[in-house]
Parts: sequence; C-alpha cells; structure tokens
Amino acid sequence: MTFFLQLVVTGLAQGMVYALIAIGFVIILKCSEVFNIAQGHFVLIGGYLGWTFLVPLGLPIWAALPAAIAVAIVMGLLIERLMLRPLIGQPVLAVVMMTIALSTVLGGLATLLWGAEYKAYHGLLPTITLKVGEISIPSESLIGLIVSIICVALLMFLFRYTKIGLAMRATAEDLQVVQSVGIKATTVYAASWIIASVVGVIGGILLGGVSGANMDLALIGLKAFAVVLLGGVNSIGGAIVAGIILGMLENVAAGYLDPLLPGGGLAQVFPFFVMIIVLVFRPHGLFGLAHIERV
Amino acid sequence: MGLRTGTFHENYSQEMAILSSKGQWGIMAVLLVLLFACPLFVSDRMLTILTTIGIAVVSVHGLNILTGYCGQISIGHSGFMAVGAYTSAILCAKLGWPFWAALPCGALAAGIAGLLFGLPSLKIKGFYLIMATIAAQFIIIWIIIQLRSITGGTDGLLVPKPTIGPIVLSSKANYYYLVMIFVVLATITAHNIVRTRAGRAFIAIRDNDLAAEVMGVSLWSYKLQAFFIGCIYAGVAGSLLVHYVRFASIEQFPFMDSVWYLGMLIVGGMGSTAGAIFGVVALKLLDELVTVAGPILAAAVAPQAAASLALISHGLIIIIFLIFEPRGLHHRWEMIKVYFKLWPFSHQET
Repeated sequence: MTFFLQLVVTGLAQGMVYALIAIGFVIILKCSEVFNIAQGHFVLIGGYLGWTFLVPLGLPIWAALPAAIAVAIVMGLLIERLMLRPLIGQPVLAVVMMTIALSTVLGGLATLLWGAEYKAYHGLLPTITLKVGEISIPSESLIGLIVSIICVALLMFLFRYTKIGLAMRATAEDLQVVQSVGIKATTVYAASWIIASVVGVIGGILLGGVSGANMDLALIGLKAFAVVLLGGVNSIGGAIVAGIILGMLENVAAGYLDPLLPGGGLAQVFPFFVMIIVLVFRPHGLFGLAHIERV
Repeated sequence: MGLRTGTFHENYSQEMAILSSKGQWGIMAVLLVLLFACPLFVSDRMLTILTTIGIAVVSVHGLNILTGYCGQISIGHSGFMAVGAYTSAILCAKLGWPFWAALPCGALAAGIAGLLFGLPSLKIKGFYLIMATIAAQFIIIWIIIQLRSITGGTDGLLVPKPTIGPIVLSSKANYYYLVMIFVVLATITAHNIVRTRAGRAFIAIRDNDLAAEVMGVSLWSYKLQAFFIGCIYAGVAGSLLVHYVRFASIEQFPFMDSVWYLGMLIVGGMGSTAGAIFGVVALKLLDELVTVAGPILAAAVAPQAAASLALISHGLIIIIFLIFEPRGLHHRWEMIKVYFKLWPFSHQET
C-alpha cells in the first residue's frame, strides 16, 4: 500500500510539471490556434534563467523572479513578432514546423549559453516538504500545484475581468468578428505568447530550484502534449486534471509493470500510448470542445 | 509552366512523357553518368556523404508522398525507418537470409507498421495526426528496446556484409552504386506514383479531404495507401542504412531525424519529387558545413558552440524558408528556369 501511495504521490509531482507546461500551451492554442511545440523549451530557458540570476548574478529571489519574467516577456514578444506573425493564415504544418524550429533554436541557445550542463541551485528557493504518515510529498509537486493554481487563478481573472482578456476570449471564438469590431488580433497573439512564455519561465525557475536545470526539462515538454490531448486542447482546467491523472497513471503503471518488462522504461513511453488511445477514441479529450466540421 | 519553344506534342504518349525533348534526355543521361561515375574521382569522405544523402533521398521521397502529396503530416518517419531497418537486420543476422531478400521484407514490415499507425489518420488530422505520429516514433523505438532477445535492445545488432549473389558489397564504392540504383528507382517510382489514379486521389485529399470524399475518393483506402507507400520507402531507406554501417542501433533513428526529414521537405518544396532531392541535398550539405565549422567555432568561442551551431543553424534555415520561401527550393528553381526560358528577351508567362 505504501508503495502504491508513494507512486501516486511521485506521479502527482510529475503531473504538476506536465500541467505547468500544458497551461502555457493551451493559452497560445486558445487565442491563436497555434500548436506550440516549444513550450517545454520555455520551461528549459526558465530553469537556466533562474540559475543565472540566482547564482552567478547573486540576486535575491524577489529581484530574480521579476528579472526572469522581464526576459520572458521580451522573449515572447520577439518570438511572436519575428516568427509567428509572418505565418498568420498559413497551413498547420508550417506553423508546427515553425515552433519545432523555434524549439531547436531555443535548445541551441541554451546549449550555447549554459553548456547543456546540469545547474543546481538548491536551497535558494523556499522549499516545502510535507510528510503524511510514511509518504513524503515531494517539493516539486507542492510547488507545481501552488504555481499551477496561482497561474490558473490569475489567468481566470485576466480572462474574465480585463479588456485584453475579453479580447483574447473573443479571438479564440471567432477571428473575423473580432477584427470587424476593431480589436487588433496581433496584440492578442502577442499577449498570448507573452503569457505562455512567462508561465513557462516561472515553471522552469521553480522546477530548477527543486531539481536543478538540465536539458531534460525540454523533453518533458513533448510528453506534456499527451496531457494537453487528454484534458482537451482548449481547456486550462482540463490540462491540470489531465496532468495529475497522467502523472499518477504513468508512475503506477511503470512501478508495477517495469519489473515485468525486459527493457523497462515504461514511464518514458507511457504518455505516448495514452496519446494514441485518446486520439483514436476521444480526439477532443476529457474537457475539450468537440469540433464539428460543417461543409 | 508552358512548353519550351519548339516542342510540340502530337500524341498522348508525348503528352505524358516526363522528359519531353531530346535535350532533356541528354541532360538526364549526363547527370546519371556523372552520378554513377562519382566513385571514380571523388574522395572516400565525399562518397560517404553522397551515400547518406542517397539513403535520405529514398526516405524523404516516401515522406513526400505521405505529407507532400497526401497531406498526412508525419513526424515519425525515422521510427518507420527503424522498423524496416531492424526487420532486415534481424533476417540477415539471426536467420541468415540474403540481403536481397531481407530488404523487401524490411520494406513490407515498415509499410505494415505505417498502416497500423496510419489508422488514427482516418479520424484525426492536422496537429492531432502530428501528435499521433510523434507517439508512433517513440512507441516503435520503445518496442525495439523491449524485444531485447531479437533486436539486441539498446546494445544494437551487428549486421553481416550485404551480398547480392556472388557479389559482396564490401567497399564503399560498391555500396554507393547500390544506393544510387535505389535512389534512381525510388525517384522514378515516386514521380510516377503521383501521376496515377492513387496519386491524384492523394492530391485531392490534401487539398480538401471533404470535397475529395464527396467526389467519391475513399479516404479510408487512400489515406492508408499513402501511409503504406510512404513507409515502404522509409523501410527501404532504413534497410539500406543499417546494411551500410553494418550495425543497427536505436541511435540511428532519433526523433529529431523525423523532424529534419520534414524540414528537408519544407526546404526543398513539398509535393514535388525534385523538391525532395533538393531539400535533402541542401540540409545534408548544411550538416557538412556545420561539421567543418563546428570545431573552428568551438575553439574560437566555447566548447559547446559546435553542438549549438548544429541546432541553431537547422532551426534557422527552416524558419527562414517558412517565412521567405514556403514553397521551397524547387519553386525557386522553377522561377529561375522560367526567367531564362526566353532570355535575354522578356517573358510574361510564369
């Protein structure tokens, strides 16, 4: 029983990481119909930025976080303006390839600037450890959970009570109508990329503070798409729920089945099995809107 | 593109001919002779590069049929290559089959894997299909690792020297000829498949799948056919690759290769046989440039600069093509040809 619970809790931690990546993905998708493969790389950049500001520059956390967010805003703006805006109205493949290319450029930049090395900065961020009975709840999961909840609350506020939020929701609904009432769609796109990049970078800093920053953070991004698909590509709440479900399932399945398999490594590939199953049986996911095609 | 001046089509077979004039036949003959004479005058290293380019061309032709013509985007192509590669490697190494028999079996196995993972394409498209094919890539590699007893898992598998009858393909030049024969065959078949009934159905599905279905094109049948044909090409390329290096390992089929195959298609121009070749040559030459420039940069800037140069240059070249020339090198080539058609006189037709 303890083994099972420990697996579930570890899975929760993993799931919250997925959810953090998935939220940024969903925001961009909702507003601009762009599938951002590079979302995991925002997290990667965030992890390394956190290290840069906290260790070599020695900033305190209250200064490092805004500094990293400022970098994230500039990054999001530049990416939208230079790479995605020329592709408005292009087919899905062009946009997806663009974000894949963006992910390799970001990965290359991270390699160039930080040498693709493992950078740890434990202890600089406040860590929380909780022990329930024999099971210790890892700090990642608590931090991931807290940040996800804060992000979602802030985003809910943004979407519901601000003008730009309203414009973003409207753009998600119908681009042509939005343009006809004089809302600048490009501003909305820029805003969505900035938000996604900031969410990614914050997530990266927190994860880096717990487990260190390395290139694996970006690989998680690919697996997070299973979460996005399971939760429904246009549902922020769904991303969190699916993140938790998938993280737990993955760990439990790997914990019990890996000893039976000769090669092991089920956790690495489990999200992809989920992806295929979801795509075949329920392409709009748990909470997504079913897309009806009319001719 | 209109006809070149002085060429007249008088019957149907002339109308259908790919090479419509003696001049074109002449140019093609010279190119082929040059291609097959390469081992006589190029260096060993150049021969290796040309062989890998040839293998990639075979693979990208398959992806071009699947993605460029049928519009079913696949980022799992190197996974399907792995299926073909491992099938033929196992048949040769464990069962002692001859190379010429193992290669078609590998191709068939890859085609069947393609059919299997093509099934979701009947229900989903666009981004969702991309995700399904990415999943296919990772699942295939995972299964190969799991089947340790026959595939060697992560250790890889030694493949014996390929032989065709009495000929042992042990030298680089020998294998180069073999690969180039496959390249020529693959190019001819790829160029002709898209001119058949199936090829026209693929194009109809790509341009508008609903309209195609209404017109009586069976999506079920033709989408799966596209996956099958595309993955057969991948299987052949995979077999050629493992028999070339005489070793099969999962590191030869990374996820990023799948991405770069698609990148080659974008750089070369989707939906054109010549574009596939242009794209492969362009990106592979860029690779070589990076291998040459990498160590210089590493010495001048930082040791990790070489690794990042490869990533950044590939990413940037795809970004540049997507923004400035989304129709690829092939389109640019056609424009240049049109420009020089009546040179030095001005020419209206495009």
